[in-house]
Amino acid sequence: MTRDTIRKSEADRRRAVLPDPAATRQSFRWEDAGAMLDGLPGGGLNIAFEAVDRHVAHGDGERLALRWLGKDGSTRDLTYAELMRETARFANVLRAHGLQPGDRLLSLMGREVALYVAALGTLKAGLVFSPLFSAFGPEPIRTRMEIGEANAMVTTESIYRRKIAPWRHEIPSLRTVFLADATAAPEGCVALGPAMADAADRFEVAPTAPDDMALIHFTSGTTGRPKGAVHVHDAVRAHAATGRFALNLRPGAVYWCTADPGWVTGTSYGIISPLVNGATMLVDEADFDLDRWYATLERERVQIWYTAPTAIRMMMRAGVEAAQPYDFSALEFLASVGEPLNPEGVVWGSEVFGRPFHDNWWQTETGGIMIANMAAEDIRPGSMGRPLPGITAGVVDTSGKTLRDCPPGEIGELALRPGWPSMMRAYLNEPARYAKAFRDGWYLSGDLAMRDAEGCFWFVGRADDLIKSSGHLIGPFEVESALIEHPAVAEAGVIGLPDETAGEVVRAYVSLNPGYTPSEGLEREIRGHARKRLGAAVAPREVIFRNTLPKTRSGKIMRRLLKARELGLPEGDISTLETDET
Amino acid sequence: MTEDDIRRTFLDLVTRVAPDLATDDIGGDDHLQDDLELDSMDVLNLVAAIHERLGVDVPEADYMEIATPNRAVTYLSGRLD
Repeated sequence: MTRDTIRKSEADRRRAVLPDPAATRQSFRWEDAGAMLDGLPGGGLNIAFEAVDRHVAHGDGERLALRWLGKDGSTRDLTYAELMRETARFANVLRAHGLQPGDRLLSLMGREVALYVAALGTLKAGLVFSPLFSAFGPEPIRTRMEIGEANAMVTTESIYRRKIAPWRHEIPSLRTVFLADATAAPEGCVALGPAMADAADRFEVAPTAPDDMALIHFTSGTTGRPKGAVHVHDAVRAHAATGRFALNLRPGAVYWCTADPGWVTGTSYGIISPLVNGATMLVDEADFDLDRWYATLERERVQIWYTAPTAIRMMMRAGVEAAQPYDFSALEFLASVGEPLNPEGVVWGSEVFGRPFHDNWWQTETGGIMIANMAAEDIRPGSMGRPLPGITAGVVDTSGKTLRDCPPGEIGELALRPGWPSMMRAYLNEPARYAKAFRDGWYLSGDLAMRDAEGCFWFVGRADDLIKSSGHLIGPFEVESALIEHPAVAEAGVIGLPDETAGEVVRAYVSLNPGYTPSEGLEREIRGHARKRLGAAVAPREVIFRNTLPKTRSGKIMRRLLKARELGLPEGDISTLETDET
Repeated sequence: MTEDDIRRTFLDLVTRVAPDLATDDIGGDDHLQDDLELDSMDVLNLVAAIHERLGVDVPEADYMEIATPNRAVTYLSGRLD
């Protein structure tokens, strides 16, 4: 359903950090973003210095950098000066344990203060930071640790004991494990609290160069193992500029990004961009809870809020009445990312919060927001908006020998001209997969989209079999691999099915080995196995039994066909079908 | 339904949604999300299952009333009267 365009007033435009996006698109060069940064005093560029230390040097050390809200109702505040000292301590702890620039540290913990300190302290010390989602099961953790060749990790005692200790010694690269909440650590681990207390609170930021590796964000692949997208310190130019352009970030603004740093949004816009822009960021340790969220928006006087469609749809389910007791008058800019926000959600923002949600689009590989509904531009609900200044986006037809630009109204693959600073620089150890992402001078996103006559982009779907559930990209291959480890499962095909809350939910089709028969008990057993291996966010919510799965001549399961049949869609080209589903 | 029946039913529904858990391993004060690692989609599925099995509609604002088995038994007992 299409909705009327939401018009912005003159006052809206004047208030925006980027008051005239069209003009800035014409004039902006990425070199200009360098002026938003300081650079290291002795030369070089370091994300953590730009995010923290330079604000202290500018005399803003007493400004609140981070307000942490604990699950138990407690709060902890850190000013920029305090955050500088804490991150210095962490960097000193790394050095004390022999960790050097270029080494890789992986984090695996909930949204506790130590996670944020570790992220920035790691970058400060010149190490590479790679965040993982703490709800992952042991399998995804291990795979990513192997690909990332992690040298150190920061986690909690409980996660370590349950998910890592059993196989820790099979990871040859891993030297040190820091336990954030331990007072006395088991063998081979370091209790972080006491180590921090003993460490000096001054640290000279490692002299990293703009092209030095800073971050590894893992993303799922359609086939094969997950990919480690590599980002460099120069990405901070994009974090600085896009935070202003797309989120209206500015010094002192109270900002809440609800994403977990285990996903790229929670790092780029849940740590780096708000701090680089001098904002005050809220971190909520707890997950979505309707009344807690509404109360947080009210009590903390949140001005800028960056959240996700799944959460917005959960709020919508509860109805307008649930929001009525609260005062949201401090809110001035609302944004959403993770998957397309349906037009109803955009408009619902206006009804309940007095401001529409501004959807935007980007992905792990782009490192930062690329296309957005901006504060000073009208919103066409359901659209992802227009490219940010510095970004050239297109829709291309990939079926021919060379790419063809699609005219407005035609569906093609969403593509970007390479060259923005936060673009991934590699998939770790996989140059062929990296090369495949580029063609004829374009980066191909894997998303299908359409551009309208006004230059707004509209998401259509994935060009591949990746599943988008609650904003998380899930690779079917990783799920299938875990399923076939169960002794009963012979083959598995995994697809995403539309879901009104999560966008898509993961469903698995399996055929069984001889000696096993389908039953409700077996369905639960297989699902339980997958949840233990993969974690709740990745495992299938439903397992369906089939005698055989549709396969190509080369033996590849045709996920597309499973999905088309499930949804009653045309089956498309089935010329390669060898064995059909029964 | 006695409180024991309600508890049994609730735990059965939890382990249907999250079959990585075994009924015997779930403590009365275990928090579904913090301790047992259900995610928000699991909670939605659990609410749907409660509705289907017991005919009780749990509104969003009451989700914390079913956050642990003990709380859920108290809450559902009240709603089933």
